[in-house]
Amino acid sequence: MRALYDFNGGVHPPEHKAISTGTPIRQAPVPPRLYVPMSQSLGNAALPCVAVGDTVLKGQKIAEPDGRLSAAVHAPTSGRVVAIAPHAYPHPSGLSELAVVIEPDGRDAWTERRPVADWRVRPAGELLARLAEMGVVGLGGAVFPTHLKAAASALDTLVINGAECEPFISCDDMLMRERAGGIVDGIRVLAHLTQPREVLIGVEDNKPEAIAALRQACAGSGFTVVAVPTKYPSGGAKQLIRILTGKAVPHGTRSTEMGVQCFNVATAYSVGRAIVHGEPVISRIVTLTGDVERPHNVEALLGTPVRFLIEYAGRRAGVDAVLMGGPMMGFALPDEDAGITKASNCLIAKSPAVLPPRPAAMPCIRCGECASACPVELQPMDLYWFAKAKNFGKAQEWHLFDCIECGACSYVCPSQIPLVDYYRYAKGEIWAAEHDKKAADRARARHEFRQFRLERDKSEKTQRLAERAAIKEKELAASLGQPAAPAPRAAEPAVADDDAKKAAIQAAMERAAARKAEKQTGEAAPAGPAPAAALDDAKKAAIQAAMERAAARKAEKPAARDAAQQKDDKER
Amino acid sequence: MISSPFMARPTTVSVVMLKVLAALVPGVVLSVYFYGVGVLAQLALASATALVAEAAMLRARGQPVAVFLKDGSALVTAWLLALAMPPLGAWWLVVVATAFAIVIAKQLYGGLGNNPFNPAMVGFAAMIVAFPAQMAQWGSAVAPLSAPEQLAYIFGRALPAGIDAIVSATPLDHLKTQLSLGVPIATTLAEPLHGRAAGQWVAAGYLAGALWLWQQRLIPWQTPVAMLAGVATLALPLWLLDPARYADPLFHLFAGATMLGAGFIVTDPVSGPTTPRGRLIFGFLVGVLVYVIRVFGGFPDSIAFAVLIMNIAVPFIDHTTRPPVFGAKKGGRA
Repeated sequence: MRALYDFNGGVHPPEHKAISTGTPIRQAPVPPRLYVPMSQSLGNAALPCVAVGDTVLKGQKIAEPDGRLSAAVHAPTSGRVVAIAPHAYPHPSGLSELAVVIEPDGRDAWTERRPVADWRVRPAGELLARLAEMGVVGLGGAVFPTHLKAAASALDTLVINGAECEPFISCDDMLMRERAGGIVDGIRVLAHLTQPREVLIGVEDNKPEAIAALRQACAGSGFTVVAVPTKYPSGGAKQLIRILTGKAVPHGTRSTEMGVQCFNVATAYSVGRAIVHGEPVISRIVTLTGDVERPHNVEALLGTPVRFLIEYAGRRAGVDAVLMGGPMMGFALPDEDAGITKASNCLIAKSPAVLPPRPAAMPCIRCGECASACPVELQPMDLYWFAKAKNFGKAQEWHLFDCIECGACSYVCPSQIPLVDYYRYAKGEIWAAEHDKKAADRARARHEFRQFRLERDKSEKTQRLAERAAIKEKELAASLGQPAAPAPRAAEPAVADDDAKKAAIQAAMERAAARKAEKQTGEAAPAGPAPAAALDDAKKAAIQAAMERAAARKAEKPAARDAAQQKDDKER
Repeated sequence: MISSPFMARPTTVSVVMLKVLAALVPGVVLSVYFYGVGVLAQLALASATALVAEAAMLRARGQPVAVFLKDGSALVTAWLLALAMPPLGAWWLVVVATAFAIVIAKQLYGGLGNNPFNPAMVGFAAMIVAFPAQMAQWGSAVAPLSAPEQLAYIFGRALPAGIDAIVSATPLDHLKTQLSLGVPIATTLAEPLHGRAAGQWVAAGYLAGALWLWQQRLIPWQTPVAMLAGVATLALPLWLLDPARYADPLFHLFAGATMLGAGFIVTDPVSGPTTPRGRLIFGFLVGVLVYVIRVFGGFPDSIAFAVLIMNIAVPFIDHTTRPPVFGAKKGGRA
């Protein structure tokens, strides 16, 4: 028996997992339309690379990642792109996101798959690129691009997370029971990439079938399947790392800094599909549970509308909302038309019968149950007071941002206070304040630069005037013997720029040269009116040009300011 | 619930408070057995007063009366206070004490969850300062009065013919008086009539209730254990040094309200610290103060003062004993 470590607190909510593990994973039917969200990773939404009307094949890339943390998106089945437009998206905000709408053609015809059969001898870089190409992200919920995480190497421990600690959710359980071999394939690839000293697969001991299946699949692989005590939230990456290795990864630190990397079992499975079978992530196992006729797990195509899946499982009367994720950390879907994403592990039809509403909140009685339940060892009651009093500085000092929002504190609170809501509120306020401060800093920087610019312009103008006076003097001196020479240019605009000045100097020099030549020729022939007239014309042209430039610049300045302002607003 | 978590443990404040009341029952039963039905009268008076005072104050403060009456916290205060009062004390004594506890110590500070001091102990301390003579009249364990006679005495201070005094000092009080008269401890404790055995049985009842609360995870072990340790830490060496002047540790642990205090008073969550280390410190210092005040101070029934003094220190204790967050410990390994 392996020595396990413990983390502080944790809770044991009723599991409700068995209701959805009675039947094997079923293939969910293909809906009439798939609404494939472009936002399928932690980063930016992917950029569609297909057009409306295009025919796509199953597994064909339909969107390119936009930036480092973004992930490619692929067509879940073959069909026609009928729209690329904002559509309901599974997020608590209820805001729409860009989706590629595909009308399946029923053929389910694959694009060409390119498995990497000899992945063991391929360089890591190539495999990582392949993972990125296949849109593999963390399926445990964080949807962090896997190729970035798998770039870590020479690890002490590679942790594979099959804890699945949240009530109701059983998708990883069923995946481990039925597709342990596929998971182990993926783990082999991940182990090849990260070169760990040991590979530990952590599974909560309430899943004996999954543990048995994995142990069988792991035979001879050198990977160790570890049954960990059932306790929420043991499936949090840092909590599981703590349990298995004893290492406590602090907030703001990556586990790789402590020699550990952690992947979810479903992620490992999709790594295997991507490398060994050349299949991108186009579907996932989703637990359909709660107040439905047939709670079970399905393999559903990404983009399948939530409503379609809940109807498929048999929505019962009294369902007042559908939760995505577990009851501890999930959220109520604002719109059931949203298509599922790579993060959608569980849909719970919520009704008062399944998840009874909370009694009204009472004042905090400082019982400290929340602190004993907190896996991050925070003082939730203090954070609650600080948030309530809008004492956000103090809340931050008390490590508000270490909070993983697991909900354990709220779960145990005898006063039934929705503690996590207070922390979310405080975090939001702090983020908003930081944003405002940044905006204010930018405004100040702009203002300071304007002041600087005005000063600079003023000093330049003074300098210019001085220079011009000097030129005038010089000209005066030059034209002393030439009373017929044209009068100095009083008409010249005050705000002439450098070019105008240069032109004026040029003109003056030309005149001087002309005069010199005149003088020389004048001894032979009397001075003609023609050269003088030509000079006047040149001067006039120079003045005209200078005035035009000055006016143009004047007009340009406010325009530029506006443009800068707009850009700033956009950033905000 | 519109945001996670969508599950909550069904334990509510009412459940917690009702379980605390249930845990007091063994001690109450034993008290009634040894001290008579006067105890029940005290409990009834305190309960009625607490509910009326709580309701009136909630109303005055514009708070929902029914919601907060149902939380049961007023009853807990009332029971703790009633059990700390002399069983045959005059009716108005417990009524004034309870009203003071609820109105001044609890509601004026903002009601449930907001009182920095233990309300029951504030009520008790106010009475012991204002009416020391009445508070010192502890019913004799072998009170010869029948139930109706006890009630008559509580409500009318009427004694049956032939009896001119039925009250005696508490064992602690008596011990102190005898000591000041030069009587050695052993001699005093050998006297049968001073309720030592009764007090110990009642204390055992409270201990049993407290153990049940701990088993139910409603009180932490730190505060009670630390408090008893605090008492014993002073009692043991002094007793070993001079057994003629200092009673043995077990006497102190089972005398007066030590067990009631350890199980039910220092464990009051609202006025106590929230951190495990803080609870150890708080409990231990309460224990030390209990002993010091009891043995060297002016009040033999010293729990109230010890608790109130330590209540003052709670914010500081909480502030300085905050445990490090996950991952902040050196090395990161257990």
